[in-house]
Amino acid sequence: MKGKNLRNKITDSQIYKSVFRHTYTDTKENRTLQIKSNVFLHLHPVKIPSHAMKIRFTWCMGGITFFMFLVEVITGILLMFYYRPVPEYVYLDMKYLEFDVPFGIILRNLHRWAAHLMLVTIMLHMLRVFLTGSYKPPREFNWVIGVVLLVTTFLLSFTGYLLPWDQLAYWAITVGTNMIRAAPVIGHEGPFALLNKYNDVRFMILGGTEIGANALLRFYVLHIMALPAAAIIFMAVHFWRIRKDGGISRPL
Amino acid sequence: MTEKKKHLVWPDLAFMEFLTAIALTIILIVWGLLANAPLLEIASPTRSENPSKAPWYFVGLQELLVYFDPWIAGVMIPAIIILCLMVIPYIDRDPHGSGEYTFSLRKLAIINFIFGFLMWLILIFIGYFLRGPNWQLYLPWESWEKVKELEENLWSLNPEIGLISLIIYFGLGMMMPKLIKKDFYKKCGFVRYVIIMLSILLMYFVPVKIFLRLVFNIKYVLVTPWFNI
Repeated sequence: MKGKNLRNKITDSQIYKSVFRHTYTDTKENRTLQIKSNVFLHLHPVKIPSHAMKIRFTWCMGGITFFMFLVEVITGILLMFYYRPVPEYVYLDMKYLEFDVPFGIILRNLHRWAAHLMLVTIMLHMLRVFLTGSYKPPREFNWVIGVVLLVTTFLLSFTGYLLPWDQLAYWAITVGTNMIRAAPVIGHEGPFALLNKYNDVRFMILGGTEIGANALLRFYVLHIMALPAAAIIFMAVHFWRIRKDGGISRPL
Repeated sequence: MTEKKKHLVWPDLAFMEFLTAIALTIILIVWGLLANAPLLEIASPTRSENPSKAPWYFVGLQELLVYFDPWIAGVMIPAIIILCLMVIPYIDRDPHGSGEYTFSLRKLAIINFIFGFLMWLILIFIGYFLRGPNWQLYLPWESWEKVKELEENLWSLNPEIGLISLIIYFGLGMMMPKLIKKDFYKKCGFVRYVIIMLSILLMYFVPVKIFLRLVFNIKYVLVTPWFNI
């Protein structure tokens, strides 16, 4: 009896009630409120059509991509505690992370493998959306946002690729950025080049003519700040528009 | 078709999402315990890797460097892919097959999309698994120790012949559906028709060029003082 009294005292208190807006007895109303009064869950509607629950319809790929993004954010923030984007330190930090930091190697592995997985799932998500014709009106613009998110994901992965500062990273980014100097007009080796080695688009991206300290810092800032911010903004629009455009697509 | 049955998100869907998240977390942790992310020696600008490979998702574009100049393989092709993906909802105005899996109602759209998707994957596969030193073809059981040398026995078409064949390819391609299937052109309208056909022809130009290079050793179809295609 005493326990119940205490419990009632807590659940009746102003503090508790200010945090938890409804009770948790299993009623239809509470199931609705659980979605409606929770900022994260209210991404979802209260009810969804049963075909939207079927893995064979959705493949669950959009949701998994989002989950991978969350994994990247969490592991990424933890990795940042051990990582300094300066050529003198960066490789030592990588070794430190691998051999000294408790669970450091697993942290890095999680970040790497989740990134690979995210690229796979986002491509499969696009395939699924195409095959179900889900880009058709009124969802045209959400498909365009999806393409933006696809490109952002590729860029996130590409900028992260340089950060370990090993031979694999260095030469992969060399291959990637060497193509950029062949861009027409804005690259110094492309057709109709207007600019030179010191002011073309590749110079802007690398902050120099070679991959060095500036490139590392630029890729780092893009990777941990600019691109994730862009991804979050576009994701917000993407998810919001799913709801506004009538929820998950269904047969007409 | 008009299935009215609905599920409550809480707890039905939320429960499934929760289980999926747990399953994925386990998969990632097991994967992370079994395999380490690669870390080679420290970056050195003076010691290049042979082969230097782009990250796997861009290796398909790198593979295209065999067949195209960098400004096409590395810049124009990705830019065109992104643009084409973005315009898909505005050029495919057929309302059929929205929200369901159907092939019979959307043959043209699905065949072309799958073709592009598979080409992207196959190029990645070749670039990632079958390319070794000097970007030569190494089958999985061939050793990279015996480095294959570059064989360059390539030739290019005359500028005149090249220009004519390009005009024939794109011209005929543009005309074809209009002549064979008149209502397709009517349904699309001029602008949409041009964009659809141009993007399809550009996409199929990639395997055509690969074929010309592999079978006839043609380096460029069109040589101009400013750029080569």
